[in-house]
Amino acid sequence: MTGLYRRLFVASGPEVPGLLGFLVLVLVVFGVFAPNFLTGANFGSIAFQLPELGLLTLAMLMPIISGGFNLAIIYTANMAGLTLAFVLKQYGGIDAGYGPFILGTVLAIGVGALSGAVMGAVIAYVGAHPILVSLAMMIFLRGLGEFLTKGGDISGFPAWMATLGHGTVLGIPVPLILFLICAVLWHILLTHTRHGFSVRMIGSNIRAAAYSGLNTRRTLILIYTLSGVMCAIAGILMLSRFNSVRVGHGEALLLVTVLACFLGGVDPFGGFGRVLPVVIALIVLQVLSSGLNLLGANQHLSTAVWGLFLVGVMILRWGAGWISERRRRGS
Amino acid sequence: MPADAVAPDALRFSAISKIFGGVKAVDDVSFTVGTGEVHCLAGENGCGKSTLIKIITGVYQPEPGAAMEIFGQAYAQISPTQARKAGIAVIWQDLALFAEMTVAENIAFETILGNRPRAVSYARLRRVAAAALARLDVDLDLDARLGTLPIAQRQIVAIARALVSDARLIFMDEPTASLTESETDALLSVVRNLSARGVAVVFVSHRLAEVLEISSRVTVLRDGKLVGVFPTEGLTHSRLTELMTGTVISHDVMARDTGGRPEVLRIEGLTRAGEFEDISLTLRAGEVVGLTGLIGAGRTELCHSLFGMTRADRGRITLNGQDLQLRSNRDAVAAGIAYVSEDRLALGLIQPQSIADNTVLSVLRQISGAGGLLSSRKKDATVSHWIKKLAVKIGTPADAVSTLSGGNQQRIVLAKWLATRPKVLLLDCPTVGVDVGARAGIFRIVRQLAEQGLAILLVSDEVPEVFLNADRVLHMAGGRIAHEWDPRRTGLPEMEAAVYA
Repeated sequence: MTGLYRRLFVASGPEVPGLLGFLVLVLVVFGVFAPNFLTGANFGSIAFQLPELGLLTLAMLMPIISGGFNLAIIYTANMAGLTLAFVLKQYGGIDAGYGPFILGTVLAIGVGALSGAVMGAVIAYVGAHPILVSLAMMIFLRGLGEFLTKGGDISGFPAWMATLGHGTVLGIPVPLILFLICAVLWHILLTHTRHGFSVRMIGSNIRAAAYSGLNTRRTLILIYTLSGVMCAIAGILMLSRFNSVRVGHGEALLLVTVLACFLGGVDPFGGFGRVLPVVIALIVLQVLSSGLNLLGANQHLSTAVWGLFLVGVMILRWGAGWISERRRRGS
Repeated sequence: MPADAVAPDALRFSAISKIFGGVKAVDDVSFTVGTGEVHCLAGENGCGKSTLIKIITGVYQPEPGAAMEIFGQAYAQISPTQARKAGIAVIWQDLALFAEMTVAENIAFETILGNRPRAVSYARLRRVAAAALARLDVDLDLDARLGTLPIAQRQIVAIARALVSDARLIFMDEPTASLTESETDALLSVVRNLSARGVAVVFVSHRLAEVLEISSRVTVLRDGKLVGVFPTEGLTHSRLTELMTGTVISHDVMARDTGGRPEVLRIEGLTRAGEFEDISLTLRAGEVVGLTGLIGAGRTELCHSLFGMTRADRGRITLNGQDLQLRSNRDAVAAGIAYVSEDRLALGLIQPQSIADNTVLSVLRQISGAGGLLSSRKKDATVSHWIKKLAVKIGTPADAVSTLSGGNQQRIVLAKWLATRPKVLLLDCPTVGVDVGARAGIFRIVRQLAEQGLAILLVSDEVPEVFLNADRVLHMAGGRIAHEWDPRRTGLPEMEAAVYA
């Protein structure tokens, strides 16, 4: 390996080269077989679809690295979206200006943060398992949302909000810009801050982390609060893309976010995980589904292919581990 | 009996070598165990003990040229099945039993494997298990769930299971590591019993006292090579340590007069119901105070309260004359108290994470730079400083800390705490799972830290450790301090008699 390649390899983690290989393979295969695959329009549509799933995946990532889970991401996102929608409705609906939008956004993020902080506090002080706590929060938020919306949609927002969901800046879709900013922030948070360090340590062994003097309770509360904030950002984006809010929007994405984390090499037992490979895994998933779509495959078939893809990656990782083990033992 | 005179050795292996990736893990070793003999296989971690056992039990194949004979029969190659059929059994440290099943099921389950029809006769299981326990002269409840038994009794179950499969040569891997003194005595009497019935037992251990007590010969390995086979009669503890480590370890009492130094930590009447009662002690700058006592005497519980992990019901803690109110261990760390846990695997280190991260875990603020972000330059500098200072042997700082040996792991734990610049260091059994040779290294560091003015509380259930390394020794029993000794005036036998009484 050349020095530069080795440096990149170390900096990006062992997952990135393999995932990039996958990405190239998928691009080549669909480039050859799918008509209109290698076109600006297709990549444009991928760039618009990726950010929702991407933001929700970031919201799932931090709890998973800490050895936990957040089942409530979708409903937290939509509850934040509803908050913004209520504020906009209150101030004129389609005629609402920037002021109500800013107020609504702040409140929406507050709602996301609150939902996360409550989960984090219960996990930290009661010691209940994050799956159970977030399951309770998910069911609570779904019920509350359906009660508030009477199970229907809320729509009728100012036309200028479409820029957020559908506009471009210098040819780059606004949602993509939003997602990239969030991903970079998340990367810095996880790799270069005391909080991110604590997240990984807690994920590997929370008791040992506590014995070493880390404030594990504060870290847990912060993890779920930040996860909730990220959900809220996703919820605001979803509102502006669909120009409506419904409690159940994007329900199918919940487990896809988990899939993306694991494809991106996040340790299912906690303690290890990075943003960059997860982002590449997200791109592979979107490219796969848009390619299959162009081939005329059914939407459900592409979901099936996602599942197969995860199994394939697991087998390849096992194979790579086996080979390096043999090499190490020199037999 | 004339039959004994011609009985072949249980095991006669010679010219055994095993190479892993170019490294000779076992290098031309011979190993012989007589029928019914109690033998000890001694050596530090990594000396080739485990590899040798795995060759004997057929897990690994030795390099060509080995001669292998079991109960008089020569083998060119041994498979695990052949080894078992020949009567060899290994009881690993983790015992490999089923916690959810009963004693009888654990002992006799092998008798039902391959049954036709595939039905289980519980009456037969119980009969077989009872017979095996009777041979050991031990009384256990056959229907007790294994998980409810103490380790010592689970070990008996593992031995009984070996007997059910007609073992005539039993290897026991660190059998006394987690036993109390009286449990160890019970185990040793079971071993004598086995030996009298012609079953050979090989102890694989680095706890030395019982090795000398029970075995007739010791085979010592070092760095994969055979050091020699020695009769245990006349072999002293220190001589055996020298054979295992290849170095002479000082056995001088280190105690100094520390009465004139300034007090650092003072505890008065500290009490926590059910754990410890009315504890008063002082730690002076540069002083090593030993705290010994049996497991359950309240030593670890006292450390936890001093470290702010639990709150005492009554009493005062003062540090440099200031009253301490510890709401959490973060308060204790901030005040200058560090605690090296007895449970290095679960609490002392975050095993899957890197050596570097484990080292800086306690000083994240120190390695933060601009904008509160972690500075990798400061982190690298801190890590390399401590690895050099404590002479930790590592591959790279990015390796998982679990890849290190026990002694080097303990040095990382020390590094983590020393980086916080503590005034008081609580060492809770710092040599658990650390080789004899590496223990001396740990105590050299402890001594140096004391020279630099750190006040150290050295907790250990091995009385010789505190006797040799502490300036004063406190004996804790039933949650109270029962004795205070000066190692220069009170001898080791007197201390041991009081502690193990």
